[in-house]
Amino acid sequence: MLAIIDYGVGNLFSLQCSLKKIGVEAVVTKDAEFIKNADRIILPGVGAFGDAADKLRATGLVDVIRSEAENGKPFLGICLGMQLLFDKGFEYGEHEGLGFIKGNVIPLEGKIPSELNIPHMGWNALSLDKNCPLFKYIEDGDCVYFVHSYYATDCDESVVATAEYGIPVTAAVGKGNIFGCQFHPEKSGETGLKILKAFCEIGD
Amino acid sequence: MITKRIIPCLDVRNGTVVKGTNFENLNEISSPVQLAEYYSSHGADELVFYDITASSDGRKLFTDILTETASKVFIPLTVGGGINTLDDFDRVLKCGADKVSVNSGAIRNPDLIPQAASKYGDQCVVLSVDVKRVDGKFCVFAKGGRENTGMDALEWIKQGVKNGAGEIVVNSIDTDGVKKGFDIEMLKAVCDIVNVLVIASGGAGGKQDFVDLFNTVPGVSAGLAASIFHYGEVTIDDLKKTLNENNITVRL
Repeated sequence: MLAIIDYGVGNLFSLQCSLKKIGVEAVVTKDAEFIKNADRIILPGVGAFGDAADKLRATGLVDVIRSEAENGKPFLGICLGMQLLFDKGFEYGEHEGLGFIKGNVIPLEGKIPSELNIPHMGWNALSLDKNCPLFKYIEDGDCVYFVHSYYATDCDESVVATAEYGIPVTAAVGKGNIFGCQFHPEKSGETGLKILKAFCEIGD
Repeated sequence: MITKRIIPCLDVRNGTVVKGTNFENLNEISSPVQLAEYYSSHGADELVFYDITASSDGRKLFTDILTETASKVFIPLTVGGGINTLDDFDRVLKCGADKVSVNSGAIRNPDLIPQAASKYGDQCVVLSVDVKRVDGKFCVFAKGGRENTGMDALEWIKQGVKNGAGEIVVNSIDTDGVKKGFDIEMLKAVCDIVNVLVIASGGAGGKQDFVDLFNTVPGVSAGLAASIFHYGEVTIDDLKKTLNENNITVRL
């Protein structure tokens, strides 16, 4: 059973449907016992970093999430859920993240050429490290769907995929059993489903 | 780089997909869910659903169709038609829409775009504008293209972006359904004044029209069409192959 952490941010309908499509039973939950017993965990998220980090802390689930992640349970953060894995986020101020992966989340504004639109929105090709288990079923150059205005930096050692948007934008990170994707696998067609399938097979 | 997107548009009325010429003489085509699945597995980058029913029964049918589509199709979905309030945003987002397109609702209620943008984020708010030339000026039309509001389209679009619209659909009434190509002049004028994503709509008759669109108006991020895809005159796979051969970056 897969646990999708419920902390009141974002619409999880598509994520649940896409997991169902690949035959994975997933439950949206804020129950600590359930999360402890789950095979794997997904941390979703849309919205602003500070607000989401506060909401996640308010659930009281951070300790259980941390201990499960440290104990080697496969863990995937998606979009803002990926950004929360880092040390700090600089969106409307400075906010503490979970610190599972070294790095900071900063605005794209000022880092990419000014003629490029913000948010970075649309389909973009991944330049990927084929050794990462998330990418078992996809190839370098496959496109995924992005919607974001902030991105992860200072995380060189954990970057497993980038997308070119004036600069190489951190698209996915991996550190042991902990993974994150900036893009939305649940909105990335077949490629996205293949990434979710690969995640759901890690540790099997 | 971000790819240029190809977006089939499904006008849904009473549970079926319709497409007419110059917004009139609507013809029914087929099941929206089936069409959406077909497009999704044949290269569509995104889908737009317009709810053109007026009755509450029709609206319920529409949200059922939307929910079913969203549970089967894993690409971004934009929904428009009858979006007048934040409750309307909420209703379609809960059914699995990713973005919500406003048109007449934003004209009637100037607070709709800023309120929706602050609640759901700019990326969620699409401003769709029906534009027609009147005495050489681009004018905004409301009520499905039937009523001239007298508003200057470029000013309206600029204001919409300032208020938080993250994407603009420019639908040229002058070229809609005519199948002689997109309204290049109008699209250039819009791309010159905004820094958000612009989607071209109205006038696609064949593959070359998309090649011309992306080559002559590089600021346009997507081409939207309905009838040429619904009637199978152009397949999206084939269109993208042609775009790729013309050095236009697309998702293959």
